[in-house]
Amino acid sequence: MGTRIGKEVSIGIAEAAMMADVDVVSAYPITPQTHVVEHLSELVADGHLDAEFVPVESEHTAMSTCCGSVAAGARTFTATSSQGLALMHEILFIASGMRLPIVMAVANRSLSAPISIWNDHGDVMAERDTGWLQVFVENGQDAYDHILWAFRVAEDHGVLLPIMVNFDGFIVSHVVESLEEWSPEEVRRFLPPYDPPYRLDVDNPWTFGPVGIPDIYLETRKAHDEALLGAKATMVKAWSELADVVGRQYYPVEQYKADDADIVFLSMGGISETCMTAVDELREAGKKVGLVRLRLWRPFPFDEVKAALGGRKVIIAIDRALSTGGPGGPVASEVKAALYGLETRPQVIEFIAGLGGRDVTVGDFKQMYEKGAAVAAGGPVPGYELLGVRA
Amino acid sequence: MAPLPGWKDLPPGCPIQEPLSARNNLTGSWRSARPIWDHDKCVRCGVCDLFCPEACIKPDHEGLYQANLDYCKGCGICAQECVTQCISMKQEEE
Repeated sequence: MGTRIGKEVSIGIAEAAMMADVDVVSAYPITPQTHVVEHLSELVADGHLDAEFVPVESEHTAMSTCCGSVAAGARTFTATSSQGLALMHEILFIASGMRLPIVMAVANRSLSAPISIWNDHGDVMAERDTGWLQVFVENGQDAYDHILWAFRVAEDHGVLLPIMVNFDGFIVSHVVESLEEWSPEEVRRFLPPYDPPYRLDVDNPWTFGPVGIPDIYLETRKAHDEALLGAKATMVKAWSELADVVGRQYYPVEQYKADDADIVFLSMGGISETCMTAVDELREAGKKVGLVRLRLWRPFPFDEVKAALGGRKVIIAIDRALSTGGPGGPVASEVKAALYGLETRPQVIEFIAGLGGRDVTVGDFKQMYEKGAAVAAGGPVPGYELLGVRA
Repeated sequence: MAPLPGWKDLPPGCPIQEPLSARNNLTGSWRSARPIWDHDKCVRCGVCDLFCPEACIKPDHEGLYQANLDYCKGCGICAQECVTQCISMKQEEE
């Protein structure tokens, strides 16, 4: 077991990347960046980490640099957020289509306009279909563990896909938490060196990123889709290996006090911890309520979602992003899609909560519960609601 | 031409190790019409050759101009520019 210390989560993520012995970090150091890459640049400059830190002129170039370095066989890491992630958009497809196992920490923050870099999931939901593996963590320990886990998964020869580790901006990224760091021996046991099946090499040349004419493009998309769906088995295996090494067990979908609950909250990311407090207080008041948390977002864990939510009366789905002019929130939409084939479908009520850093309190969850209880008692199912919006 | 690979045959990310493999792709495959010469009217001036954007028109051993259909995209520029209008464009059959 490692040492437990108080540490800002962004700093912890940087040190987890250092423990993974990354070879290349490329980033654009301006708002909305976080301390993740700032600290990595210090670790390299101070000689604690033997890596190339490549400062570039934009996030578009940061991701391009990561593509080149990982293709050359270097373990590669970057971090971004909000507008920075949006500027990477074009290259995200190139990284995933070329099956380049980059690990990227994304501090989830809202997108402009109006200018806002506070916490929500608007940035990453715009990148949902870029073909990356995507997980959401809830706290600092989660974040630290998942950086090492992400390298283990992404670089597996059966996977070879880039991965985003999503952690909430400010409410997770900028807070000091109690972290148990891994020892070098634990990292060695868990994470083998990066050994790509082929790499850019002047002595043994390969063409990476060739043209895909109409005769072949369709087959590449099918192979990419199957790779994402097939990655779940490796992710689950790596979570159990992680548990063997450090004793913490993670799952694609996790539950809290939900065994006998007719009404469950469904959430993703750091907000789940506030929700747990609300569940505790509602349980003390005799309410049969629980929480189901989505950890894995891509590939979407259809079977686990059906197992966790099928048979409930009411699901209170909480989204941190709004599909403007669409069906509401992306999480609720996909959960509904997963449940559609069930013979008896639970009712789903949807809340879009905490957009642009608006606080979501324990009291807010209790109000959401009351609305869920009204539906469970036979009331009408309301449409999606932007929690706390002023008329 | 070798049969086209299925999705399971593709290596992750589709890197290519064979040099010049782009030559395997015959770019005339999307042609919808082909040029036909009336060699009785042809004066062998070579304007068709000069204008062809694919440079795929060449005289044969008798000096009669022909298009290499592996690369001819059927654009019809040769027929448009021909001095004696001896080239007609014939629709490709299904």
